[in-house]
Amino acid sequence: MNSEIVHSQDHHRHILNLGPQHPATHGVLRVLLEMEGEYVRTPEPVLGYGHRCQEKIGESKPAKAFMPNTARMDYLAALVYNHGYAALLERALGIEAPERAQYIRIICDELNRIQSHLMWLGAYLLDLGAFTPIMYSFDDRERILDILEAVTGSRLTYCYYRVGGVCQDVDQQFVDDTRAFAKRLRQRFQDYQDLVTGNIIFIKRTRGVAEFTEEMCARYGVTGPVLRAAGVPYDIRKAEPYSIYERFDFEVPTGERGDCLDAYMVRVREMEQSLRIIEQALDGLPEGPVMAKVPKKLKIPQGDYTFSVESPRGELEYYLVSDGSDVPYRLKVRVPSYSNLSPMSELSRGMLLPDMIAVMGGLDLVIPEIDR
Amino acid sequence: MEGNAIFQELFKMSMAMTGIMVLVFGNAILMAYFERKWSAHMHRRLGPMEVGPHGILQSIIDGVKLLGKQLIVPRDADRTLYRLAPILSMAPVVLAFIVFPFAPKLQAVDLEIALVFVLSMASLNVLAILIGGWGSNNKYGLFGAIRSVAQNVAYEVPMLLALLAVILVSNTLSFEGMVRAQQDLIWFVFLQPVAFLIYIVSGIAETNRAPFDLPEAESELTAGFHTEYSGMGFALFFLAEYTNMLIVASVAAFAFLGGYAGFPLPFFEYSGVIWYLAKVYLLMFFMVWVRFTYPRTRFDQLMNFSWTYLIPFALVNLLITAVVVKL
Repeated sequence: MNSEIVHSQDHHRHILNLGPQHPATHGVLRVLLEMEGEYVRTPEPVLGYGHRCQEKIGESKPAKAFMPNTARMDYLAALVYNHGYAALLERALGIEAPERAQYIRIICDELNRIQSHLMWLGAYLLDLGAFTPIMYSFDDRERILDILEAVTGSRLTYCYYRVGGVCQDVDQQFVDDTRAFAKRLRQRFQDYQDLVTGNIIFIKRTRGVAEFTEEMCARYGVTGPVLRAAGVPYDIRKAEPYSIYERFDFEVPTGERGDCLDAYMVRVREMEQSLRIIEQALDGLPEGPVMAKVPKKLKIPQGDYTFSVESPRGELEYYLVSDGSDVPYRLKVRVPSYSNLSPMSELSRGMLLPDMIAVMGGLDLVIPEIDR
Repeated sequence: MEGNAIFQELFKMSMAMTGIMVLVFGNAILMAYFERKWSAHMHRRLGPMEVGPHGILQSIIDGVKLLGKQLIVPRDADRTLYRLAPILSMAPVVLAFIVFPFAPKLQAVDLEIALVFVLSMASLNVLAILIGGWGSNNKYGLFGAIRSVAQNVAYEVPMLLALLAVILVSNTLSFEGMVRAQQDLIWFVFLQPVAFLIYIVSGIAETNRAPFDLPEAESELTAGFHTEYSGMGFALFFLAEYTNMLIVASVAAFAFLGGYAGFPLPFFEYSGVIWYLAKVYLLMFFMVWVRFTYPRTRFDQLMNFSWTYLIPFALVNLLITAVVVKL
């Protein structure tokens, strides 16, 4: 392995293996740490423990058969991954999904985003040593999973969107449940505010820890809430609106200092914005079909195509090269977690171990997405 | 004649030790259950429900499971230290109970220096954690052990300073004396509120519980000093933690909350025991509540908090107390 750590001869330093089995890495990430006491000198993420050749699988079977696999890359934002891939193929084939399908996609995407942020909130507080918030956020998250289970048939790795629409229409029950949930979550934000945001130890642990700058984010390609916490209002939903996002009125929350507390606040405020989008979409939900006319065999015209969507973790981009057959010649997925993890090495040099854990948690990493 | 006296003394000793062991193990079983149930209800969960009605037998089953587990000594671990640590963590904390007056006349030994004895026994736990973490030849264990030593050194100072104020007021080191002094005056929690607060904060830090659970910080050090322990080795550390909680709560009850004082209950000769237990479990509920409310502090913040807030406040409090008592 080409690593600066292994060649170190300094006897004051020792090597600590954080992971691949460690409570704070939330998956199979291994971080090789060169430590001096409790101070981290050189952190080095080691990737690949969960590699499943997802991109290669995408290149070895008909394009639309890859849809279920997209959900397995980021298990917390499966619908957003579905959306990106379906929209990519729609762009390649020149198909337009019906109006109602677009609205349903937006609602489900945003529900999925809130669910992912809730999961992150709980897990992050668990990283910081607080046990209660994850129980509260799981309570709310369960309700989203129940709503999504009723329409999609699964609870985590959804395969709901299709090229040209969604596979099944939603009913009045879904609309009512979602409205009730939005109302409930608004009240629950007060609980999170009281328990977490106002908690003195929480603020002491996150304020000023790992200050991302705009320059550093640009250098590493960091996107999503981490970038927005550094003060850059870059959100694909606003920057290059896909689907029908330009019709909705919502804000892109940003932070000022780019530290862990800002990243936390950005995510909490994003959940509120997602609720706004959901309510607007429910109000405007039109009647009509949910699937466009799509040929049985999808012959993708020769050329290369990209499509970007805003996943809860940042910019997710699909890139597809076609040789004219129904099997993609090349499929590349640009995942946000990979770029977001990259600056960790630079950022956490000289930090205490607990701070490094706080930084790593604040990036909201989903390891299967990195390894795919 | 003399042999008879020795026999009586031995009988008294073994009765006292039996009573204390019942208290210690009963407390561990109860607290393991209570902590899970209390935290569950704070989390809007049910907690253990399967074993017995409302899961009341859960901790007994857990104990049986731990008893049945194989004792594993990791390769390259220091076998002697590794095996010694759990025993060393358990034995002294049990001894601390012999000086507690659970009710009037219900006490094994009324030592003149009871408070010093209890604190020294309770702080031997650090040694056990240190050699356990060192002996298991695990980096996480070593981190936990080192953190534990630094933390306990930092927090024993304010704890002693807070208790010194109480000693000045009550003019005794014996718990029986403190309880009687409080019956004459008023509960010391009203006389010494600052000392009480400082004592409780340092007490939580002494027992290595959240938000000061740095030696076993799960999300940082997996399990800290007991990472490599399984079966009864782990169970003894676990027992010692709950027993330490009981000691900290007991000292708080005796030194600040009037000990066994309370109005006598008609049906029970030793009704003081009930008042003592009520106060102790109230304090322990508070400790559990704190644990499930706050995130973990960082190590340097923890030390700074002790040296820059707790110790100066405790010193000022002690000075004021000394001046007032002298007047």
